[in-house]
Amino acid sequence: MSLKKISKDQPEKFEFNDRNIELAKKMINNYPEGKQQSAVMSLLYIAQRQNNNWIPLAAMKYIAKFLSMPYIKVYEVATFYSMYNLTPVGKFFYQVCTTTPCMLRGAYKLVDVCKKKISNKENEISSDGNSSWVEVECLGACINAPMIQINDEYYEDLDEKKLENIIEQTMKGKTPKPGSYRGRVNSEPENNRTTLVGIKNA
Amino acid sequence: MLEDKDRIFQNLYNDLGEDVESSRKRGDWKDTNEVILKGRDWIINEIKSSELRGRGGAGFPTGLKWSFAPKDVGSRPHYLVINADESEPGTCKDRDILRFEPHKLIEGCLIAAYTVNAHVCYIYIRGEYYNEGQKLQKAIDEAYSQKLIGKNASNTGWDFDIYIHYGAGAYICGEETALLESLEGKKGQPRLKPPFPALIGLYGCPTIINNVETIAVVPTILKRGAKWFSSLGKPKNTGTKIFCISGNVNRPCNVEEEMGIPLKELIEKHAGGVIGGWENLKAIIPGGSSMPMLPKEICETIKMDFDSLVEQKSGLGTAGIVVINKDQDIIQCMARIARFYKHESCGQCTPCREGSGWMWRMLERMAKGEASREEVDMLMDVTKQIEGHTICAFGEGSSWPVQGLLRHFKKEIVKRNNFNPLVSKDNKIPYLVDQHLLENDNAEIKS
Repeated sequence: MSLKKISKDQPEKFEFNDRNIELAKKMINNYPEGKQQSAVMSLLYIAQRQNNNWIPLAAMKYIAKFLSMPYIKVYEVATFYSMYNLTPVGKFFYQVCTTTPCMLRGAYKLVDVCKKKISNKENEISSDGNSSWVEVECLGACINAPMIQINDEYYEDLDEKKLENIIEQTMKGKTPKPGSYRGRVNSEPENNRTTLVGIKNA
Repeated sequence: MLEDKDRIFQNLYNDLGEDVESSRKRGDWKDTNEVILKGRDWIINEIKSSELRGRGGAGFPTGLKWSFAPKDVGSRPHYLVINADESEPGTCKDRDILRFEPHKLIEGCLIAAYTVNAHVCYIYIRGEYYNEGQKLQKAIDEAYSQKLIGKNASNTGWDFDIYIHYGAGAYICGEETALLESLEGKKGQPRLKPPFPALIGLYGCPTIINNVETIAVVPTILKRGAKWFSSLGKPKNTGTKIFCISGNVNRPCNVEEEMGIPLKELIEKHAGGVIGGWENLKAIIPGGSSMPMLPKEICETIKMDFDSLVEQKSGLGTAGIVVINKDQDIIQCMARIARFYKHESCGQCTPCREGSGWMWRMLERMAKGEASREEVDMLMDVTKQIEGHTICAFGEGSSWPVQGLLRHFKKEIVKRNNFNPLVSKDNKIPYLVDQHLLENDNAEIKS
């Protein structure tokens, strides 16, 4: 259960744009009739994507009406799950995994880089206004540790220098190339594969 | 060592491509309708005799689980739910199945859904795996367009639909009933069992929930035969398993191996050994962060299967192996895991909500050497108060790793935290608050 702050600056109004209304209706159709509440998580995602990666309270009220469910139930869901941002985040939203498997391979050094390069505090938008960072729990790429997630992409096998490089690219507004930064392919052992060798050579 | 031809996930490293045509070349969707037309009882018996155990952590026999679904569909429809909410620290096997072997999963879903009488399947993917989810969606679309699923799926006469549901970063949603709550659009807080989901699950309907890896191996087992699968590994611990080896090893990797492979062989052979050599090994977490760690002496000989690990008071869990060497501070490592559990507790049961934070705070102090010596025993006491007193298994998951630390490295903690809060020698301090404790009968301190 994460402690989440809700932004003090809230927009007055929120509505899905036409494309997202279609998308939301499609999501609701994934569930049986009368069970449209199941779509609340996807609708929150849609709202988050539409609104620069964070969800204002007005959006929760809008979604509650959209799904004909109580506002408090939407609020409960939005505050329970850690991936819904309830305050504005940077255009490049860095999530640094620091759980034990990443920590063993130096994740806290990456945190130091973020502190130095982006902002001193978590969840604080950098001085140029386009990035912010946060420490998160296991992102499920432990064999590619240490790793970070920027928006939807995973950046794996990092160290301080490589992360500094990535941050510099995002500062210029460029999206860096996702994937492993030690040139390894997916999750195979580096340089020396022991299984499925024949398939690789075939 | 397992031969390559016996590996189920031929495309684990994506040499062959994940699209439907490439998947067909390695045998996916081949004879699917023949398998299905052999009937439900045959499928359940075959899975039962293959002794496949669930790959999500608990190791429950899959055939048995399927047989719990009601034989006939009553007024309520049946559902199949796939648990792809992989968040256990140290585990990243499902991610590779989702992105490189999606058709094995989809084919398995069809077979499992037919067996348990379900027309609809939901795949619950953790929200962070957005790209993996997109890849799976692409594979599902391919399967629809080739009529492998949908109306009259694969010419079996069975209608079958698959939908993806994204989670949003809650570890607890990997617990099956919390997952169902989340799927219904609520907070992911586990339900009391019984009633079990097989009878009352999603929307109150009979629901079978399986892990991604369990379902993805089903088509291969049915096609190659239960005999082949059970000839691998040991009795009751059969087949192959994807092991994820992370932490202080030279070449962290995912590798599919036979069950019951020695842990040392896995690390030395596939992961390039411990950083600094085998002698530099401190401890290993064998099955994802919830399983108690094993010290080096046990790691020398231990075999990686469900029952051998239970004998050593640990467990196979999800087979996410985290190697910790002597360059690391073991207490700090466990303190970080305790912080993970404190963050992820859903807050429903008091022992877990309060206890997980309590354990974390104590361990942080112990790592710095600021705890008093009595707290070491108190920590054990706290873990015992959590374990078994919660609705779901999260209580065990959070307390077992701490118990593992205390079981094997208590000496180290005591050595670092030998601070005694009571002043026993100089009792002439004028404003001592605990003065009464220094009076003779009370001053006896257990040493």
